[in-house]
Amino acid sequence: MKKQKITVIRPNGNSGNPRRQFLKLGGLAVAGAGLMMACSKDEMAQAPQPMPQPNANGDDDMTPDEMGIFDLGEGDLGVLNYAYALEQLEADFYTKVVNGFYTNCSQEEKMVLTDLYNHEVNHREFFRAAIGAAVGDKKELILPDLEFDYGDFDFSNRDQVLNTAKVLEDTGVSAYNGAGQLLKNPIYLVLAGKIVSVEARHASAIRTLVNPGSADFAGDDVVTVDNGLDLAKNPSEVLSAVAGLGWLQTEFTAKFLP
Amino acid sequence: MNIIKFLDEFTTDNLVAKKSSRRDMFGTFGSLGKKAVMSAIPFGLATMPAKMFAQDSGNAAVDALQLALTLEYLENEFYNRAINCTVLPDGRPRIVYEQIAKHEAAHVDFLIAGLEGAGVEPVAKPEFDFTAGGMFDPFLENGTDKETAYAQLLALAQAFEDTGVRAYKGQATNLQGTPFLTAALQIHSVEARHASEIRRLRGLKGWITGNERGAGMPEATQAVYNGEENITQGGVDVTTLGDGDPFGFDASTEAYDEPITGDTAVAIASLFIKAS
Repeated sequence: MKKQKITVIRPNGNSGNPRRQFLKLGGLAVAGAGLMMACSKDEMAQAPQPMPQPNANGDDDMTPDEMGIFDLGEGDLGVLNYAYALEQLEADFYTKVVNGFYTNCSQEEKMVLTDLYNHEVNHREFFRAAIGAAVGDKKELILPDLEFDYGDFDFSNRDQVLNTAKVLEDTGVSAYNGAGQLLKNPIYLVLAGKIVSVEARHASAIRTLVNPGSADFAGDDVVTVDNGLDLAKNPSEVLSAVAGLGWLQTEFTAKFLP
Repeated sequence: MNIIKFLDEFTTDNLVAKKSSRRDMFGTFGSLGKKAVMSAIPFGLATMPAKMFAQDSGNAAVDALQLALTLEYLENEFYNRAINCTVLPDGRPRIVYEQIAKHEAAHVDFLIAGLEGAGVEPVAKPEFDFTAGGMFDPFLENGTDKETAYAQLLALAQAFEDTGVRAYKGQATNLQGTPFLTAALQIHSVEARHASEIRRLRGLKGWITGNERGAGMPEATQAVYNGEENITQGGVDVTTLGDGDPFGFDASTEAYDEPITGDTAVAIASLFIKAS
């Protein structure tokens, strides 16, 4: 199979132009301001250092703060950084997928996976810009670029790729559904709403690729039969599931999120 | 104002009298009769009254839930009739419709229980007309052919699901700070799962590109898709955030679903509600 090279897309340098556009929306500065009120200057000064060592083991006597591990933050900023982390994972995963489609990947599957790649990369860069605008000059409050190591994950295996895509999309849906109530700024709530339904459309499509002709697109495993409600999960639950994948190499904490 | 009374007002001659382009509206439903074409009213093209929907009861959250319940009533009856008519083929279509029917019924019950639990009387179920005054024959009750009826059964499902996604999204801020927000989001994403599957069953992508209603969708459904071409999110043009396909127009519009107002949702739904 001919491999198609798709480079990882980064934002347009550091022109800052999109971020300035964001700032025109008065409400978007609220998150940054709220965080400043909640943190002392000392804490702020410590916040920026992302932990370069991926495999911290046994350093239980040190709190994350003392180690300088990035914390997502609190309030709307924390939720945005949380969403940004999930979008980074999804975008990174699909970048790997489309850079070498699995064996016997059908045209339909390639189309779906390429679209998912496009959408998730767009979401990732959107959050990067949105958070950048919200924090103003405090760029150290933006979640750093996360690193992922997929270990022995087999990107040439259709079942592994599609089943993982299914988990990622379902997780995204449950994460946004659970995070909506944590947002204070209605602008962010609507933005999260615009994205979560696209994640749900993805989940539906992937589920049908995994099990064609079934009711899995909105299966009883994700939509509660009694009330017809999709999953909604708290950040702690979602992040521990993400950590459980074993791929995340960049440590961060979510001390201010439920 | 009672929501149904409100809805009823849109099914009167007032609505029918509104001028709109009907040309080629049913180009994709070629076998429909002239009578149907003449009575065709595009979804949601009625001019809305000055009075805002959300102000009807003086409680934006209650109104949001009543609107949601009305839309769920519509979907619930549509899918119940769909799975009990002769049009729906066995196999994937029937499996899909039965799963969706199950959810819409649960949503109706859930919203009624939620409203009653909050001490609010739920709106009554309207009387629906899925022919929209003779425009459609999705259940093969008025002598169209089965193939056309099935095409309409699918097209209406797509329009209802894509409308549902946009309508719930549009009500999110009215529910912010209430215990109903999370539940509404949980219904919202189920509608999006449905929408994706129905669209894919029709041979489309599961997501909306630009404001395209998609192949085979009657022009009357265009109101369901107007505004989906938006590329400005949070004040920024997302096509400028990077280079390559992820930031092209198609992906940039597909990656974000857009909300509609309660007024727009009512205007779309009212086409299928009989005047009393």
